[in-house]
Amino acid sequence: MAALISTEGLGHLYNQGQPNEVAALVDVDVAIEGGEFIAVVGPNGSGKSTLAKHFNALLLPTSGRVLVGGIDTRDQARMWEVRRMAGMVFQNPDNQIVATTVEEDVAFGPENLGVPPADIGTRIEQALRWVGMLEHRRHAPHLLSGGQKQRVAIAGVLAMKPRCLILDEATAMLDPVGRDEVMATVKWLNREEGLTVVHITHFMDEAAEADRVLVMDRGQVRFAGAPREVFSRPTELRQIGLDLPAMAELADRLRRAGLEVPAGVTSVEEMVDLLCR
Amino acid sequence: MSRGLTVGQYLPGESVIHRLDPRTKIAIVSVYVLALFIINNPWGYVAAVVFAVVALALSAVPLRYMLDGIKPILVLILLTLTLNVFMTPGTPIWRFGRVVATREGLITGGFLAFRLILLIAVTSLLTLTTSPVALTDGLERLLKPFARLGLPAHELAMMMTIALRFIPTLLEEAEKIMKAQMARGTDFESGNLVRRTKALIPLLVPLFISSFRRADELAMAMEARGYHGGAGRTRFRQLRVGPADYVAGAVTAVFVAGLVYLRFR
Ligand SMILES: Nc1ncnc2c1ncn2[C@@H]1O[C@H](COP(=O)(O)OP(=O)(O)O)[C@@H](O)[C@H]1O
Ligand SMILES: [Mg+2]
Repeated sequence: MAALISTEGLGHLYNQGQPNEVAALVDVDVAIEGGEFIAVVGPNGSGKSTLAKHFNALLLPTSGRVLVGGIDTRDQARMWEVRRMAGMVFQNPDNQIVATTVEEDVAFGPENLGVPPADIGTRIEQALRWVGMLEHRRHAPHLLSGGQKQRVAIAGVLAMKPRCLILDEATAMLDPVGRDEVMATVKWLNREEGLTVVHITHFMDEAAEADRVLVMDRGQVRFAGAPREVFSRPTELRQIGLDLPAMAELADRLRRAGLEVPAGVTSVEEMVDLLCR
Repeated sequence: MSRGLTVGQYLPGESVIHRLDPRTKIAIVSVYVLALFIINNPWGYVAAVVFAVVALALSAVPLRYMLDGIKPILVLILLTLTLNVFMTPGTPIWRFGRVVATREGLITGGFLAFRLILLIAVTSLLTLTTSPVALTDGLERLLKPFARLGLPAHELAMMMTIALRFIPTLLEEAEKIMKAQMARGTDFESGNLVRRTKALIPLLVPLFISSFRRADELAMAMEARGYHGGAGRTRFRQLRVGPADYVAGAVTAVFVAGLVYLRFR
């Protein structure tokens, strides 16, 4: 089966041909399968957002190509299909809610797609139920907490019936409670509804919960693999300027203190098992 | 902070007025405002007041809210009155050096002020009984026929929605910045006008800059959700004209006919 999203030799230059040209992506090859939960990590400016914007045709490749559900994102005529399939949630919850009530905001995407009014109602209900915000449907967005706003933003994407949900540091501006809310919602959608998730984050503990982690550095994918593989390279990650998830960090310190700790410990459970042995 | 903003403040309810189609309400208010300007005798004003009072009673909105809407323009009303009283030539009723108040001035000024009050009262009744969403929807659909003449109906409605959505957010942000500046010793409250205006600069500059960032991000988010203007767009909320709308329309027609009769009989 072909991957849901794949990039082939993807390169992106901002301000191409001008003196302030920036190579934000260099020869990136990634393939994201349907149903996967992928975390993307990397220092600031490493090209994470640029990559994400290629997944729903907000940016187009300056070299190479991107296929979403088999559609080349450069195909102008099918751009709206790409945008529908790969929905995006951004960092600042305040700057992506368009309407003055929750349900009107969730309706925004389906309205743009030209969905018949009667169906929009059903979609709103389902999307808000999925993110646990149905009882807030008539509320004004500015009265909600950060975590609630982000869940509304996710519902706004879900109402478009996407195949992939892309979160560009959607948890970065939230307090710990809000972050847990959003993570729980996204993980539930991935597990129960089979929604593909691309989660860009700088919280390594969130990345440790993904099926696969992409580590980006200076416009390239440096490592890709299961969290236990990726996080068993403490030295390389630190060189790039990344932390380890708390448990991987602990494992690394224990190892350096002379304890025998196997590589790839990323969760609290594994650590507890290990220490109580 | 947002309490001072009565125009545009919606008071949810289930009254007849609340349930009228927003298009009906916008049309009636527009006609009413225009009609205010053909009135030229006291009976016309009586009719206009009766119309406004009946609408207010039917809406079950407390009078206080309507008065709150008038408060911010009180200065404007007083200014209109004063200018008229002193600038209109006619029979002097009071003299202060070279300034003369005239009877004619008092009458025209009084009626003009009265008109302004009715205008604001009825407009705020519209916004008090119509949710912002319904209001913009109604406006968009009323203006749609003019889209063919080049009027950007959808864009105007979208701009209004976004403005309404972001006013509370910007007020919140302004408050936050103000508190931060006050913590660093900025004094927003004392001193003369020039000083106080100057004190506002460190508030307005960051607010302005962040607004641009917000606009940029919002545009990106809207595009990501498939927004491409009004063409091919459907609307979740459908507007429907019912019997109450026909009754309201008929009553307004009678009211306007009455005013025209009073003016030109
Ligand atoms: N609109 C833009 N114009 C020019 N350069 C940009 C633009 N957006 C991002 N860049 C540059 O591209 C690089 C990658 O940025 P970005 O994808 O935002 O990284 P990340 O999301 O990982 O922090 C950075 O060097 C950044 O300065
Ligand atoms: Mg980024």
